[in-house]
Amino acid sequence: MKKLWKNLSNPARAGIVITVFFLILGFVVYYFPHVNPFTFDTYASRLGPSSEHWLGTSSMGQDVYWLLIEAIHNSLLIGLIVATIGTVVGVFVGLLAGFSGGTLDRVLSVITDTFVVIPSLPILILMTSLMKGKTTVVLMALVLGMFAWAWPSRQIRSMALSIKERDFIHTAWFSGEGTVQVVLTEILPYALTWSLSNFMNATLNAIASESSLAVLGLSPANLISLGNMIQWARERNAIFTRQWFWIGSPIVATVLLFIGLFLFITGYNDYLSMKRGR
Amino acid sequence: MFPSDPVENMIGQMQARSGQMDPKQMEALRKSLRIQFGLEGSLWEQYTTFLWKGVLHFNFGPSLMSYPTPAGEIISTYLPYTLFLSLTSTILAWIIGNLIGLQAGFRKDKRSSKVMEGIAICIYPIPYFIIALVIQIVFAFLLGWFPLQSDINTTGSMATLVASLLKASVLPALSLLLVGTGWWIISMKSLSGTTAQEDFVLYARYRGLPENVIGRKYVLRNSILTQITALAMSLGGVFNGAIMTEIIFGYPGVGTLIQKAILQSDYNMILGCITISIIAVATATLIVDIIYPLIDPRIRYS
Repeated sequence: MKKLWKNLSNPARAGIVITVFFLILGFVVYYFPHVNPFTFDTYASRLGPSSEHWLGTSSMGQDVYWLLIEAIHNSLLIGLIVATIGTVVGVFVGLLAGFSGGTLDRVLSVITDTFVVIPSLPILILMTSLMKGKTTVVLMALVLGMFAWAWPSRQIRSMALSIKERDFIHTAWFSGEGTVQVVLTEILPYALTWSLSNFMNATLNAIASESSLAVLGLSPANLISLGNMIQWARERNAIFTRQWFWIGSPIVATVLLFIGLFLFITGYNDYLSMKRGR
Repeated sequence: MFPSDPVENMIGQMQARSGQMDPKQMEALRKSLRIQFGLEGSLWEQYTTFLWKGVLHFNFGPSLMSYPTPAGEIISTYLPYTLFLSLTSTILAWIIGNLIGLQAGFRKDKRSSKVMEGIAICIYPIPYFIIALVIQIVFAFLLGWFPLQSDINTTGSMATLVASLLKASVLPALSLLLVGTGWWIISMKSLSGTTAQEDFVLYARYRGLPENVIGRKYVLRNSILTQITALAMSLGGVFNGAIMTEIIFGYPGVGTLIQKAILQSDYNMILGCITISIIAVATATLIVDIIYPLIDPRIRYS
């Protein structure tokens, strides 16, 4: 861990700091006792920032600070669920296709390639508009997860194809290890380092897709997410009434979170390629 | 499968307007409407009719929100606006991004290269609609240079149409341009950075060629190949960004149409827009595969 930190570039360190900051906001601060921020008219509406309400209150009398914390929590949660689904399914399908070969490989590859090529946003719009108003958070994560597994699966498959022919795998075969054991102990460690960067990428994509759908009004209406928060503020004319803290805080949070994650990912990838180069 | 059945909705509306109806009449009406909307028969039959009519003839049936105009007709009036906006901004972003990226990768040590790369890294990961929203707030609301909602005047002469079109598309194009350029800078920077370390570039330096000739003839030519593929791939994906940007600015294109259709449960329209965008992606991918040997002579199809 210390060695990793020492070898990272400055932007990557900044990325890690921002990411950890948001994780703390979303999963530690979130559990501090507070009033449910979704309830209307809890406080006086349209207050400016003060020591009591750090980011003021919205037109519906909600505390913007706690609304933001809850939004970060939910957005991160959706991102993490989708990334987990995508990575687990992707690694499994990729390894299966790469190792089995033959017909199974061909069938799986065709399915994977189809999912890689088709544009996800239009299909997500179509699916969520069919379920309009009835989506739940879990359903939303599942729908987003449908498009998160294909790319990692393709990468893992090509990785498995190249690793399969290396000497240490043959040694493992000849020493009597079964397929499951070879995959678990010899291949998976290789796949995992790569999967981490893919995992973060998938998190980022999922949060972006969810907030895009929210702006279209297709995210679950009772879900406090970063995208929904922006959308609510837009709907209630926060721009025209110049309530900058209400509409500005989710925008700033999203921008920071995305830049942080992106810097983290690129920094980690650079670190991996540097390690391979040595 | 649908949360609300459009045929039943329509029959309900008619009943409310005209009072009591004969059950036999109503059954006939229901049947003819179902045939018209392509809802008759089993799922498989519906799917094959959709493939035949929708994908091959762009006939998606009547639009439900402005019945009985065909959805395909409405889409084709909106499509040119989207294509104009997204194609211009994608190609502009490609040219600008590659030029900056080449500088940033080829002359890594210059201060301006590092600044440009930093800006690109900060802009690229941000989702389209956030950039669009910020640009809208700054340029249209705070500065007031442009209208908040795009409005295109189609009734007047050619000159007013062009003028209003340009005025309406400046801000959406700017936001698409910013995000697009960021990505091209990042990818071109890493590509040209690798190419600049190749032996033939070193050799060209030893021959005493001027730096800008090396940049143009050796580095650019070799790293642009990958970028051309990427451009064609992104041409297929222009709809993704255009949808969000159009909705924020109210630009009258396919994106706004999709949003309207979603709000009014116009399934034929949603299906039509989405089928067209998927066909665009598939076509772009195919075209890249076909023209690639023309660009890169090392690849030949036999």
